[in-house]
Amino acid sequence: MRLVSILRRLGFLLLVIWAASTITFLIPRISPRNPVRERFGELARMGGFTPTDLDKIVASFSAKFGLNKPLWRQYLDYIGSVARLDLGVSMNKFPKTVWQLLMESLPWTIGLLLVATVFSFVIGNLLGAVAAWPRSPRWLRGLATPFVLLMGVPPVLMGVFLMFFVAFRLKILPMGNAYSIGLIPNWSLGFIIDVLKHQILPALSLILGTVGSWVLSMRGMGVTIQGEDYVLFAEHKGLNGGTIFRDYYLRNALLPQVTGLALAVGTMVTSGIVIEQFYGLPGIGSMLYDAIKVNDFLVIYGVVLFITIAIALLMVVVEMLYPLLDPRVRQK
Amino acid sequence: MSTPLVVSQEVLVPGGFELALRYLRRNKSLAVGILLMLLLTAFTVIGMLTIDVSHAYPLAVRPKQPPSMTYLLGTDFFGRDLFSEMVVGMWQTALIGILAGGLGTVIGVILGFVSAYFGGFVDAIIKGICQILTPIPVFLIQVVIAGSLDKRDVTIYTMAFIVLALAWMWPTLVIRSQVLTMKERQFVAVAKLSGRNDLGIIFAEIMPNLLPFIAAAFVGQVFSAVFASFYLAVLGLGPLREPLLGNIIWAAQSQGAFFNGWWWWPIWPAIAMVLVLGSLALINMGLDELANPRVRKTE
Repeated sequence: MRLVSILRRLGFLLLVIWAASTITFLIPRISPRNPVRERFGELARMGGFTPTDLDKIVASFSAKFGLNKPLWRQYLDYIGSVARLDLGVSMNKFPKTVWQLLMESLPWTIGLLLVATVFSFVIGNLLGAVAAWPRSPRWLRGLATPFVLLMGVPPVLMGVFLMFFVAFRLKILPMGNAYSIGLIPNWSLGFIIDVLKHQILPALSLILGTVGSWVLSMRGMGVTIQGEDYVLFAEHKGLNGGTIFRDYYLRNALLPQVTGLALAVGTMVTSGIVIEQFYGLPGIGSMLYDAIKVNDFLVIYGVVLFITIAIALLMVVVEMLYPLLDPRVRQK
Repeated sequence: MSTPLVVSQEVLVPGGFELALRYLRRNKSLAVGILLMLLLTAFTVIGMLTIDVSHAYPLAVRPKQPPSMTYLLGTDFFGRDLFSEMVVGMWQTALIGILAGGLGTVIGVILGFVSAYFGGFVDAIIKGICQILTPIPVFLIQVVIAGSLDKRDVTIYTMAFIVLALAWMWPTLVIRSQVLTMKERQFVAVAKLSGRNDLGIIFAEIMPNLLPFIAAAFVGQVFSAVFASFYLAVLGLGPLREPLLGNIIWAAQSQGAFFNGWWWWPIWPAIAMVLVLGSLALINMGLDELANPRVRKTE
């Protein structure tokens, strides 16, 4: 029984990956833009070769990337290479493969998004739980309201405001880029501190831009849990407030929030892409943006597929881990 | 012969408008959201009637002027008046939102009804497609579509369609689940027994009951359309000629507005966007409460 459900989920995962790769394959093919011609046309303008040479170069590159084959053939080749996890080579940064580029930018993105997601989840859920808990002090309950209002300010707009107030007005944090101009990346303490300083504002934008929805959903969840019989029972048993809050109330209210986490990662990645680009940080978002600018289509596929697979995989993992957290599901 | 007791019929029945106002007093988020939306609409409409629209386009006024009496919100690097840009940008944002949101809702309602009411094979296909597409981050696909277009082809309308292309799944699923529960209600069975045909049942029996849900789905769609087009524009994938709010922020950022001290350039579009998204979110929350009274405040 368990095996069947796991297999079914894996099958669904494969379907999602297939759908994502088909969509990402088709869109640039329908597009009127010719990436090879655009790329070399730019080089030709800067000087060097005649238009006839350009045609030859375009033809040979198209052959190299298989662009002269019929569409169904390209599609089969593409699906085949996706199945082998071969994402191809970048056209813009030629000898580098898409995997190499991904490996270069992944640490930045994962670092930023992981910190932002964890902080947002912890702060938002604690605030939401405290806000719905009838015994918490008045000022603590009121604290949740401004955070709920933050829901109207998505991360990028938060980025604009933080950049204005913190970096431009107060001048206590840098305005953008991965590290101060003029520094050479190394592993010294000074450089690491410099990098971290540059990450504070982007992370804060992501945290403040997403924390509101956690507060709201946790507060709603908390109100429901309070009315449950086992919480009332615990109160009548005379357990102290802290124990009831932690073991009876918070733990149970957190369960649905964990499911929400997988979905939240999806929105976090979306916002992360725009935030990276807004602050001029290296990472997957900037990699995608650079690739789109020059229509480096294999890189575009690679990034989109990678993120889709990562999120879909995460959802399946969360779904499979859920029975470990919730014994009621395990027994059914 | 006894005279019948005449009871004076002086019970005041409040009119529909007054009832709506009374409801709004209880549903605070809906009230605030609608008020904010009315103010924004007034700003845009009065603005469109009074300003010179050409000032929202490059080389119209003196560039890089801070806010002053002549230029209320300042001017940007390209010689555009930010106040005019705000008016035109809001207008275009509304256009994208209503176009993409409206079409998305219509598609969602049609697919949701077809799927839930007729069931079977059609339902399996529609539901399957929605479920497979849901885990794919829609924004990424929208980025790919917008990036694949020729820059000259990107207009306000293409933006609306890019946003629409992958945004009908959510309303479809919402309407579908509502129709599924509605279909089992007794009044539908009665209508069926009294010989009403399918179309009659859908439009006369089920649809009126779903109106609050459809309204909520519409506002939700407008919100996500505005949000997605804003994100695309901030990435520089919008129609670059137009003063769309996200485009202004992108342009400001790529000219290093904060770095050069032109703080007013990115700040106004950001504030405008917060007001737009905030009012939509408030209306959406309010409509949710209207549609499912069970969610009504427990406090």
